[in-house]
Amino acid sequence: MKRYGMSIDLDRCTGCGACMVACAVENNIPAAPERTNDRKGITWIRVYKIDNGREWPERRTAFVPVLCQQCGHETPCAHVCPQQAVDVDPKTGIVGQMPERCLGCRYCMAACPYHARYFNWWDPKWPAGMEKTLNPSVAPRMRGVVEKCNFCHGRWHYAKQRAAAAGNRDIDPADYVPACVEACPTGAIQFGDLNDASSTPAKDANLPQSFRLLEKLGTETKIYYRSRRDWVRQIAGAPRPPSAAQPLHHIAARENPDG
Amino acid sequence: MDKALIARGVKRCTTGRFLLWILPWLGLLAFGLYSAGLCLVKGLNQTNMDNRFAFGLWIFLDLTVIALGAGAFFTGFLLYILKLDELKAVINSAVVIGLVCYSGAMTVLAVDVGQPLRAWFTFWYPNVHSMLTEVTFCISCYLTVLLIEYLPIVLQNRRLRDVPHLMVFEHELHKLVYVLAGVGTFLSFFHQGSLGGLYGVLRGRPFAFREGLFIWPSTFFLFILSAAAVGPGFILCTTFLVEKISHQRLVNRQVYRLLARISGLLLAVYTAAKSVDTLIWINRTSPGSGFAAEQYYSWRPFGTWILLAEIVLFGLIPALILLAPRLRAHTRWMVAAAAMACFGVALNRFVMTVQTLALPTLPFDPFLSYFPSWQEIGTFLAVVAYGVLVYSFSFRYLRLFPEERELRVEPARQQAGLEFVER
Repeated sequence: MKRYGMSIDLDRCTGCGACMVACAVENNIPAAPERTNDRKGITWIRVYKIDNGREWPERRTAFVPVLCQQCGHETPCAHVCPQQAVDVDPKTGIVGQMPERCLGCRYCMAACPYHARYFNWWDPKWPAGMEKTLNPSVAPRMRGVVEKCNFCHGRWHYAKQRAAAAGNRDIDPADYVPACVEACPTGAIQFGDLNDASSTPAKDANLPQSFRLLEKLGTETKIYYRSRRDWVRQIAGAPRPPSAAQPLHHIAARENPDG
Repeated sequence: MDKALIARGVKRCTTGRFLLWILPWLGLLAFGLYSAGLCLVKGLNQTNMDNRFAFGLWIFLDLTVIALGAGAFFTGFLLYILKLDELKAVINSAVVIGLVCYSGAMTVLAVDVGQPLRAWFTFWYPNVHSMLTEVTFCISCYLTVLLIEYLPIVLQNRRLRDVPHLMVFEHELHKLVYVLAGVGTFLSFFHQGSLGGLYGVLRGRPFAFREGLFIWPSTFFLFILSAAAVGPGFILCTTFLVEKISHQRLVNRQVYRLLARISGLLLAVYTAAKSVDTLIWINRTSPGSGFAAEQYYSWRPFGTWILLAEIVLFGLIPALILLAPRLRAHTRWMVAAAAMACFGVALNRFVMTVQTLALPTLPFDPFLSYFPSWQEIGTFLAVVAYGVLVYSFSFRYLRLFPEERELRVEPARQQAGLEFVER
């Protein structure tokens, strides 16, 4: 049994957004129509910008890529879906979404504390000619259904086919790397089997600076973040409302501004 | 013009006045249908919901009208199972209100989901762990029960009673009424509860998440209690409103007072249970998830006032008014208290739906707001218009208040020096 997961080094992430672009291209995510806001767009992986709340020259910034955290315990979205359109694959631990079965009730979105689920508010459309760039191994989703990161399921299938063609039961880890991991220029995102102690994410997960988002919820996520900076590690906890004088995104820093 | 359709011995306005009354509601319904049509044809991009505010005005509406429509099952339960015969005076009206509320909610749900044609998937691939599955099953079944309960009321129409077969059919249907009341009560208890459970099970939303008994979070029981409390209260309010609009007495004052007493008693129990639940949530459940409860109320405009308003202003105060015989004796106090209770439950449903989604769960996620688009408001108004229209037609052509004729006859007899008719 595998338990695929990631480790993300926030000190290495430059916020370039290459992971977001690679993800969109790999998974046939259409561009949102004009005049829409970022709250209606689809970004299976989204890079948030945070800062330490101090003024220049003490101001520090960090970037946090957030994707489906692949919850391993009482997976909130799988638990609530009324028609089993969400499942957790016991062989891989990957939380999958079946758009063909999705009713579009969005209950899973309300259940997800990481806001990692996206609804297709529009019909998927690509500018003329761009449909030729679509990835043939990933089906575009229709309007009115929910979608999310599935660790590039198309690549997983491809890796399985390669293994089968070579007569192997197990896939070669080098054959299965999600697009965001491949595209990250600084190597901040690492992917692998968390059950394999020799894999990079499994090793990273045990580092002292490693943490998971909202760990107290008990969702046993498979995305491990890490940072040497104390103020960045504050994002592991619950939000704290800002005082009237401070902007909303400064909250992470208020606990320990010297970190 | 339509006199032949109106029951004997009751007074209804002229056809012209009736048409004038329904015209604006028809206009509103047409506007709402156009709004809903846009959402169905062009998609939910017509709404102001988004990936953060996945639920909006419509879910709030669904939860509220289903709570208000609980009078149908609860009155049926009190009348047919607990034998509170006085409630016969309002049972037909309660059934119409229930039907309107449930069918309205189901229609809005069909617009609210992204793929309405896949609604049957829930029956085909049900996830037995999902509260929404329970809600879908129970509401669908209960709506069928309500339709069957509505049928004999329709068949009591003066013209339809002229058809012997229909009269026999109506008589046979009446025999089923106890079974239907029992089934309706069972189904309603479950779906009112599962509607509460919808939010109570959201482990990822510590604001809504609650512990509970077995598989049911505490909100499961609180929703049942609150719906049972406001169901009779809403019947009281609507009956009062219909009396005012139609300028006639429809039910005996004792029925009002009985409804008020039932509503007050259940509201008091609900308020006490809600207070205990809130204390457990503040001190145990929420901190256990890593969220200090006080932070939820630091995001403006959702201060602690909303919690106090829900429990004290729209819970404790109306409960005390409805329970105090002296205050209850004043119709205005009684109706105002019942209306406050209804508003309190609507506020509770707002908190559970909108406030839950507005609060950030990630520390770097901002607090966001949402205001419905005109298409959402239009669809919302369509349900209101639909409800008013169905109720207006039912009131005009069907016997919603069996006591109405007697209440009209009594003053006339008194004037003529005749004896009171014993009921």
